[in-house]
Amino acid sequence: MTAPVIELQPDLNVMTPGIGPPVADVIVIGAGNAALCAAITAAEQGAKVTLLERAPRSYRGGNSRHTRNFRCSHDSDLGVLSGAYQLDEFYDDLLRVTKGNTDEKLAKLVISSAPESYQWMTKQGVIFQPSLSGTLSLSRTNAFFLGGGKALVNAYFQRCEDLNIDIIYNATVLDLHIDNGDCDGVLVDIEGSQRYLRATSFVVAAGGFESNKEWLAEAWGEAAKNFLIRGTPYNRGEVLRQVLAHGADSIGDPSQCHAVAIDGRAPEYDGGIVTRLDCVPFAVVLNKHGERFYDEGEDVWPKRYAIWGRLVAAQPEQIAYAIIDDKSSELFMPSVFPATCCDSLSDLIVEMGLPLKETMATIEAFNNACSEGEFHPTELDGLSTEGITPAKTNWARAIITPPFRGYMLRPGVTFTYLGINVDETARVTFNGNRSKNVWAAGEIMAGNILGEGYLAGFGMTIGTVFGRIAGQQAALHANS
Amino acid sequence: MQTAKAQIKVTPLAQLVTNAELQTEAERQLGICNSCRYCEGYCGTFKALTRYRSFDAATVNHLANLCHNCRGCYYACQYTEPHEFALNIPALLANVRAQNWEQHVKPQALSRVMQGSVWPYALFTVLFILLFSTVIKVPWLSAQPFYASISHNALVLIFTPLFVIPLVSLAAGIRGYWKSVGGSRLRLSDLREAMLSAASMKNLSGGQGQGCNYESGERYSSSRRWAHQATMYGFLLCFLSTSTATLYHYVLNSPAPYPFWSLPKLFGVGGGLLLSTGCALLWYLKTKSDRALGSAARTTAEYVFIGLLFFVSTTGLLLYWSKGTGLASSWLIVHLALVATFFIAIPYSKMAHGFFRLAALCREAQLQR
Repeated sequence: MTAPVIELQPDLNVMTPGIGPPVADVIVIGAGNAALCAAITAAEQGAKVTLLERAPRSYRGGNSRHTRNFRCSHDSDLGVLSGAYQLDEFYDDLLRVTKGNTDEKLAKLVISSAPESYQWMTKQGVIFQPSLSGTLSLSRTNAFFLGGGKALVNAYFQRCEDLNIDIIYNATVLDLHIDNGDCDGVLVDIEGSQRYLRATSFVVAAGGFESNKEWLAEAWGEAAKNFLIRGTPYNRGEVLRQVLAHGADSIGDPSQCHAVAIDGRAPEYDGGIVTRLDCVPFAVVLNKHGERFYDEGEDVWPKRYAIWGRLVAAQPEQIAYAIIDDKSSELFMPSVFPATCCDSLSDLIVEMGLPLKETMATIEAFNNACSEGEFHPTELDGLSTEGITPAKTNWARAIITPPFRGYMLRPGVTFTYLGINVDETARVTFNGNRSKNVWAAGEIMAGNILGEGYLAGFGMTIGTVFGRIAGQQAALHANS
Repeated sequence: MQTAKAQIKVTPLAQLVTNAELQTEAERQLGICNSCRYCEGYCGTFKALTRYRSFDAATVNHLANLCHNCRGCYYACQYTEPHEFALNIPALLANVRAQNWEQHVKPQALSRVMQGSVWPYALFTVLFILLFSTVIKVPWLSAQPFYASISHNALVLIFTPLFVIPLVSLAAGIRGYWKSVGGSRLRLSDLREAMLSAASMKNLSGGQGQGCNYESGERYSSSRRWAHQATMYGFLLCFLSTSTATLYHYVLNSPAPYPFWSLPKLFGVGGGLLLSTGCALLWYLKTKSDRALGSAARTTAEYVFIGLLFFVSTTGLLLYWSKGTGLASSWLIVHLALVATFFIAIPYSKMAHGFFRLAALCREAQLQR
């Protein structure tokens, strides 16, 4: 999927506040995990719900399509999760990755509501499975969806159909009519025709702006052009921008996005999980001038995972090259695109388009700086280079055994942190005041809790817990 | 973007005619699967897939024969069309299987036509109807009346080669397949493992008993598993009926016909009912399923095969119920003709799947040891 998603212009003449019958009690904007949880919960409370999905049916579900698990606290065995993952440990994990950049009250609400949400998900038809091969480190903390995120989204859409929720695909929200935190309706383009839809309550769950390169360029400049977007091309952040423009309080660093180093040959959008390339710790990583620029062996997953996108983004043309030798070729998950593979190092360097002299010099210097020692691929083994800068502080082994393999790396953007402020009832605040009838859930408000960093499966926990709260509150408001 | 993207060239499966073309496409698709692995929990194919880092022809064939076309992976996939990766694992593996069976069962030409069209089935049926109509009129062949009009010896004379020759051909095909996937000496435990899996149709459970995605799109359902169980056990009961009747005839010296409360009759009637119900249900489910997720060129022949089994069982039942009436000998002729056609079709039609799958399950048990 590389086709750019067209920006539509709103025809404000169509938007006439106060006119026309409401189409539903609750309008949910978005159709990813959080939106679906909100829609289902509202409908279960008896509300009539309309769900607006920007994507066509085949791409429904936002970035939840690409997810695979749900981080969940538990005191004892819970479904596929064994042992215990206590609230404190969970919260400590969150503090570590966010460096304290979280709202304690909201974070603890999410963490403590997770087990009940797990049960609820099961009732909606979501099927869990024990952790997948290669993800043993997550088996105690994360419950995996059988078939992954798209299967989860399918289960929720079926539930929506069973609850007679009105699902509208190809529905792009062009603007919301919000006056002083009070929303009257939304202007929507549905397959080319613009309509103004009114309701009593509104849930915004339309994700971040990671696939909007123009917006990313506001923070990253020209470099953003070379970013690859790991998820859906439909997360353009339009609803986020509209709600902020109407006075919603923002939260999170507007210039930050979470990016990982992925295979540089991945599609521009929607490459998903298969584009990940976890060969960095066993490689020398070079920029386009054939220079090393960072300690490849600094840390284990997931910290390594979280920083390399940014590191590559800071290199010229946002590109890097990882080179390994045969000793390391099977130490990481297979990559979707085959490596460039040559029996001689110089052939590989030429084939990859790197400057031969400089690159050979870098690798020779690296090889000479490696020393003998015990190599342990799964733990920090202290096998370090000596006398080169930057050093490689773990897993440093000379690149000498043919065949040699090379991968191109680019930054792959996963999600953005900028969001809208909510209280513990998921209600959006406008200029410091609680909105009358707008709630938010999912990535659009996740910055309240995950202010920076990354914690596997936690986005789904935030989305599920806040989606359910938003749906319940929106229905309560509509029923009263 | 300055750097060249990896070229993703996707050719529709139906246009991949040669083994080599299909193999290249299989390597591409399975490579993507292997770097995702979200479907690992669905079935044995995906569990097996994680053992490999590359997919040579033997591996592709092994994975293809493990696949039961439950389609769970398709509906859960992030990379199905319109995504440029255009994954369609159920259709890919169905096409690989069809080619694989053709390649191993000789003569290949017969396999090709019987996997591809209706007319050989029709032709064989008509020929056998003519044959049995003639046989029934020859006095010395219709002595010692079996049911209404054909002697036991005549039946043995006709059916023995019809049964033995296709089975020999099938056995040779399975042997070739076994060698091609690198199978080693079979242990009893391998066979036990494979039988247990087949007996419960474990690979149609969806991994957690929720079933598969055959006839209702994204929704899970166990209908196909039940329909297949009825068909398979119905068929086995019919086979048991014939086997017990043979024992009665030769060992107990008690020739047909048998009363209702006898093993051949109980197995036969029970099996016939199960088989016809199962086939009717399979046919119905097939009409509801998405053709694009199977082997398009084989769909017609698959319908024909289900239809053949259905008519074999229903004519058997009709024959039983019409006993003593004027219609009995007509039903007998039709029934016998259909059974004879079925025997010929065993190695060359969808019927081969049972044997190839069992071999694949045995091999998988070996690889897991």
